Amino acid sequence: MIRITRHLTVLAAFALLGGTLAQTQLDFWSWRTEDVAAYETFIAAFEAENPDISVTFTPYLNTEYNTIVSTALQGGGGPDIVHLRAYGGMEPLANAGLIVRLDDEVEALAGFDPGILLGATNRADGGVYGVPFALQTVKVLYNQDMFERLGLEEPSTWAEFLALGDALKASGVYALANGASDPWTVETLFGGVAPTFYGCDAFFYDITGGSTDFTDPRFAAALERMVELQPYMADNFMGVGYTDMQTLFAFEQAGMLVGGSYELGNMAQLNPELRVGSFTVPGDTADAEKCTTFYVDGSYGINANSANQDAALRFIEFLASQEFGQMFTDELQQISAVPGTQPTSPALARMVEQMTDHGTPYLMLTAFRFGQPSGSTLLQNEMQAVLGGDSTIERAVANIQRGVAEWFDFE
Amino acid sequence: MRDAPAGIPSQRRPLARWWSRHWHLFVFLTPAVVVYGMFMAYPLLSSLSYSVYEWDGFLRRGFTGLSNFVTVLTRWPYNERFWGALTHNTWFFVLTFAIQTTLGLFVAVLLAKKWRGFAFFQAAYFLPYTLSLVVVGFLWLMLLNPTWGMIAQGLRGLGLGEWVQPWLGQRATALTTVILVNAWGWLGFPMLVYLAAVQAIPQEFHEAAFVDGATPWQDFRFVTFPLLLPSIAMVTILTFIWNFNAFELVFVMQGASGSPNYATDLLATFFYRTAFGDPTTGGEPGQIGIASAIGVMMLLIIGFVSAFGVRFMQRSQTEY
Repeated sequence: MIRITRHLTVLAAFALLGGTLAQTQLDFWSWRTEDVAAYETFIAAFEAENPDISVTFTPYLNTEYNTIVSTALQGGGGPDIVHLRAYGGMEPLANAGLIVRLDDEVEALAGFDPGILLGATNRADGGVYGVPFALQTVKVLYNQDMFERLGLEEPSTWAEFLALGDALKASGVYALANGASDPWTVETLFGGVAPTFYGCDAFFYDITGGSTDFTDPRFAAALERMVELQPYMADNFMGVGYTDMQTLFAFEQAGMLVGGSYELGNMAQLNPELRVGSFTVPGDTADAEKCTTFYVDGSYGINANSANQDAALRFIEFLASQEFGQMFTDELQQISAVPGTQPTSPALARMVEQMTDHGTPYLMLTAFRFGQPSGSTLLQNEMQAVLGGDSTIERAVANIQRGVAEWFDFE
Repeated sequence: MRDAPAGIPSQRRPLARWWSRHWHLFVFLTPAVVVYGMFMAYPLLSSLSYSVYEWDGFLRRGFTGLSNFVTVLTRWPYNERFWGALTHNTWFFVLTFAIQTTLGLFVAVLLAKKWRGFAFFQAAYFLPYTLSLVVVGFLWLMLLNPTWGMIAQGLRGLGLGEWVQPWLGQRATALTTVILVNAWGWLGFPMLVYLAAVQAIPQEFHEAAFVDGATPWQDFRFVTFPLLLPSIAMVTILTFIWNFNAFELVFVMQGASGSPNYATDLLATFFYRTAFGDPTTGGEPGQIGIASAIGVMMLLIIGFVSAFGVRFMQRSQTEY
């Protein structure tokens, strides 16, 4: 009896499809080589619900992905589903009409946070061209066992934060695992420390709206705080690269790391024993406004030249569903961009809570990566020179302003 | 041209005769010309043409003449990076050249004596040259790591912990350290060329010098060295070309931005960053036009200097 019912269901499914017996093949390109297993799980779930569509996930090397995708799309080829970078990384493809505008097509997008949708929005027409997938936040991560052993607690003022650093140093470890050998980690340090001191969203919207620029004293004041942390970094921190930072923190040679939420997954792999806590850098007083940087990691979009628009749209709708969001956060231990998903890991849940309470967009990444030289390139290299003792905050600020003004209109 | 009416048939006849004798040349040349044209000439010429267009990401817009070149030479930050990279490339070449012609030549002359262990030392000095520069870069990145690198550990073991420095992370030492690694990786090549050249010098020349009472130094200075000049010139030109095109080592060790703060930036990393955005800083829109202008300028610099070098080399050619 059961068998007959199953046959009938299959028959009914085919009947609904209007007799199209052939499966539609969808190609899905990505740069997430480390997430292949997870994506195969997601795709299996989708294919179980949509037996007429089969999806092939092909990841490319992270550093080469952008070039591979834009070349393929421009030649009229490429996959049906494109894993898109966020903000300035996505916009040229949308501008060139190579990917499909989705805000009128995918209903679920209306439920997404507008701040999150910015990561997939083309500024020229205001259209949303992708379904955002993950959010990252930058905070101070700390070794919970080490804190408990030394009787240390999460700080509520900047002075307490520095005192934490002194206590950790006195105990014979480095206070901060951060280094400055890889320029991009300098921007992560900025993302963790600066927003609280430049005044969070107020400054963000002032500068992105063009009513102030980088010579604003709030910006320089925030950069000063990064330099104040220099004595707490590892010896020879100018030669400490990203993998060194991870190792120092994972193997308990440093008590804290200013880093992204993506480190939770990395730490779990490097040292599963490590219990990681996180806090937002506090202001000068306990009741001063403090905030946590967040950004959209990227989104899923549809190739405008794909021959399988309908099937692609169904897959994209799946990627915007709460079912997928929950699977994503459970499988990858990352914050899903889909509204209403609940992380099962307490450390991640804590981060989501802090982000929802006082999140502010990652300044350079979300707003100043649309031209060359990008705000990120300028900030990273200029501050690397300041930390290395080869430049000053004044010079860094002047150069950042000068570089961004090459392509951004400050009023 | 004066007697055109009569000239036409008379001009046509030799051409026809030439063609009937030489048509087969074209048959034999065509495959090579087609392959060369498709895979060498066309890509080269088309990338040259990119430099005179305006680009929007990967989309080509209008013709802009030389404005991309003007941008590279006059607009900040491109101008500062360009002159910086050119200076670094020059220092890269000068220091590598100095090491190769002193150390490389010294080792080659010693090896030419064929003392005991000759084969071992020849292999040992040549080995790094067989490694990919990417491997060389990675190896030294590990060795020089100030936190757990072997060099830092060794110094600490000797009680010289304060000598440990972030050699690759500080402005004062980063470029020179990378160049020394480069010279280490390349040393096998000049050594081998010089060794072959030293061994090719007829023994009679040295014997004649010694009969005339020459010291070993005078023998080197007045017999060996002058006869090595063509090899030195050739190695120098090749070193120049390679060093002005150098990319992998800095890319592997210091990232596309020539960290710290462009202290190790070279023309090739500057080109790469400008064309494809800066992947080490998280990406920014690429500027194909401006990058192509940088590429063309690299081609001109390398082309002119090497052409000059080749002419110099031809003039100093020796035959035994």
